Amino acid sequence: MIQEWLNNHFNPTLALLTEFILVGLLAIMLFALLGLILVFMERKVAAVMQIRLGPNRVGPKGIFQTTADTLKLVMKEGLVPDGADKFLFNLAPFVVMIVAMLILAPIAFAKNFQIWDINIGVLYLTAISSLSVIGILMAGWASNNKYSLLGAMRSGAQIVSYELSAGLSVLSIIVMTGSLSINDIILSQQNGWWIFKAHIPAIISFFIFITAVTAETNRAPFDMAEAESELTAGFHTEYSGMRFALFFLAEYINIFIVCAIGATLFFGGWMPLHIGHWEGFNHIMDYIPSSIWFFGKTIGLIFLIMWFRWTFPRLRIDQLLNLEWKYLLPISMFNLILMTVIAIMGWHF
Amino acid sequence: MAIEKRLRRPDKYDQAIKMVEEIGTTTEGDLIINVGPQHPATHGVLHLVLTLNGETIKKVEPHLGYIHRSIEKMCESLSYRQFIYVTSRMDYLSSHINNHACALCVEKGLQVEVPQRAQHIRVIMDELTRIASHELWWGAMAMDLGAFTPFFHAFRERETITDIMEKTCGARLTMNYMVPGGVMAELHPDFQKDVKSFIQLYKKKIHEYNELVTGNVIFQNRMKSIGILSYEDAISYGCSGPVARASGVHCDIRKLYPYDIYSKVEFDEVIESAGDSFARYLVRLQEMQQSIRIVEQLIEDIPEGDFQAKTKAVLKLPKGEFYQRVETARGELGVYIVSEGGTTPYRIKFRSPGFSNLSALEHMVKGLKIGDLVAAMGTLDLVIPDIDR
Repeated sequence: MIQEWLNNHFNPTLALLTEFILVGLLAIMLFALLGLILVFMERKVAAVMQIRLGPNRVGPKGIFQTTADTLKLVMKEGLVPDGADKFLFNLAPFVVMIVAMLILAPIAFAKNFQIWDINIGVLYLTAISSLSVIGILMAGWASNNKYSLLGAMRSGAQIVSYELSAGLSVLSIIVMTGSLSINDIILSQQNGWWIFKAHIPAIISFFIFITAVTAETNRAPFDMAEAESELTAGFHTEYSGMRFALFFLAEYINIFIVCAIGATLFFGGWMPLHIGHWEGFNHIMDYIPSSIWFFGKTIGLIFLIMWFRWTFPRLRIDQLLNLEWKYLLPISMFNLILMTVIAIMGWHF
Repeated sequence: MAIEKRLRRPDKYDQAIKMVEEIGTTTEGDLIINVGPQHPATHGVLHLVLTLNGETIKKVEPHLGYIHRSIEKMCESLSYRQFIYVTSRMDYLSSHINNHACALCVEKGLQVEVPQRAQHIRVIMDELTRIASHELWWGAMAMDLGAFTPFFHAFRERETITDIMEKTCGARLTMNYMVPGGVMAELHPDFQKDVKSFIQLYKKKIHEYNELVTGNVIFQNRMKSIGILSYEDAISYGCSGPVARASGVHCDIRKLYPYDIYSKVEFDEVIESAGDSFARYLVRLQEMQQSIRIVEQLIEDIPEGDFQAKTKAVLKLPKGEFYQRVETARGELGVYIVSEGGTTPYRIKFRSPGFSNLSALEHMVKGLKIGDLVAAMGTLDLVIPDIDR
């Protein structure tokens, strides 16, 4: 809509430029806002699980706590350790950050609200998300710290292996829809979400997906890369000030993104809950704005991932890789075949 | 050299590079990594020098002395009443039991009969301390494994105990409540009521412990058949307490050499045979139940009478050597006093359980991963001020 308006009133170059600026501003604002909200949410969720109050001093119910923390981090000195590779050390947080920003592009936040409706959306998502490991490896190597190095190596092994089963479970939904475009995937769930429509294999692939993305985002119980009781802070041990804040923010943005992808693929993105031929029910559901549907589903999944973090102990690195290569990968491959059969025979609803 | 290339000003860092290369890797190219003295998993200022091949541990070398306060030497210039207060600072999680050991040792020398009431109070306090200590261990060990929530659940119960202690002893951590001849002050009027309500609370909440941690698949995978200490090794390393009992060694001092009224109360010595981290975990969890059992038996009827025997204002131990051992939350604590007949001890030596238990660490974790080291160290329940003194 905005695009049409701009194209009608300005010459094409100016319109494109304005669009770029608008989108950029939007992405950055969304970024900061999401970071603040998610960090606050995590602290409150943790507090509830740990029978305590959580932040409650700065602002009403402590909602400005994260803002205060961020301000503190911005004002802190960013130390570069002696013997660190300065260029890579400074570059690493930005790589992680840029990757997180890029992934936001094809996600549909609401009906007709998408930064970039690319026809290979899901492929783009999986491709870009695997880039963040480069930033982590860079950070670990450039810090000139053995803990960082160990953390980065762990993280590398982990992300590379868990991408496989995450990819396969995403693929099983694509088999159903026959399209890589995010918009098409959402529209195909008009008469029901995939997690309900495609029988048990869809539920299995959802579970594999949520496990794999928890591992991919380095969240507990798979937080091998940080493992504070083993490696102090893993790959970002040497980072301080704003550089640390970028890593921290990127972690939360990544959580949001993977949950948004999960919500899009399995729970219909912004698509309201529709049940078969219950016209009245479907109409009532349509009255709830699509953005609320999208953010509700995403935050539900984020809560699930936070729940994991605050109740499970951490796995060991070899157990982690065993879980992936011996269990998740074979299961998800078999599951993909099942889904393909279902798709070909048209057994889904 | 790779490191040299990465440095911008090699001239300035020549010495540093040399140092890094010397301590950074061994001749076989193994990575040497310093865990501690400031590290989240060491729970204090323990310094472990690990030799790693990738993530696999080849060698563990504990370096001690970061919190050495020469408590034993300090005790030599303090009177028999005074030195007990210093011992609260050794194993600060079981300060009652440390005080108890010293008081018993001095009483042995003085040959004082401790009133029944004082004996009851002492044993109740000891067992409450043991529960509090095990609670803290439970939370801290779960934190070592990456689970944060158990820590807060453990502290919920532990706070109740420290509140009880605060009411009677006036302190929450370093109680200094036991003195030669009995205990320092009368119990708080609410004591019995508070302890009973704590027992109620504990019984209500104990199932949460099992649901949250014990039954967890990840937790069991991390603990089972990790850090195995055999029966023979447990004895040869001088392990004691839950660490040795998890390997099947009968070593509960409360059973073997009962002191005060431990011979009259009913409780089981918890023994596991597996010797792995999970066995050590189970032993401590069940020990908490046994402690509850002991407190339940004693709390109902604490006999009336004096809480302290009549002793002289200035204590003088006869010439000779006195030794007393007690079972702390971590194992066997021995107090060895050499007296020349004066008002201060000639020499004091403490046999601390943590020191011997730590010595078994390398044997337990050799060939395992870093994550296992942290898990196994968590089950040893190390308190560094107890090891260093």
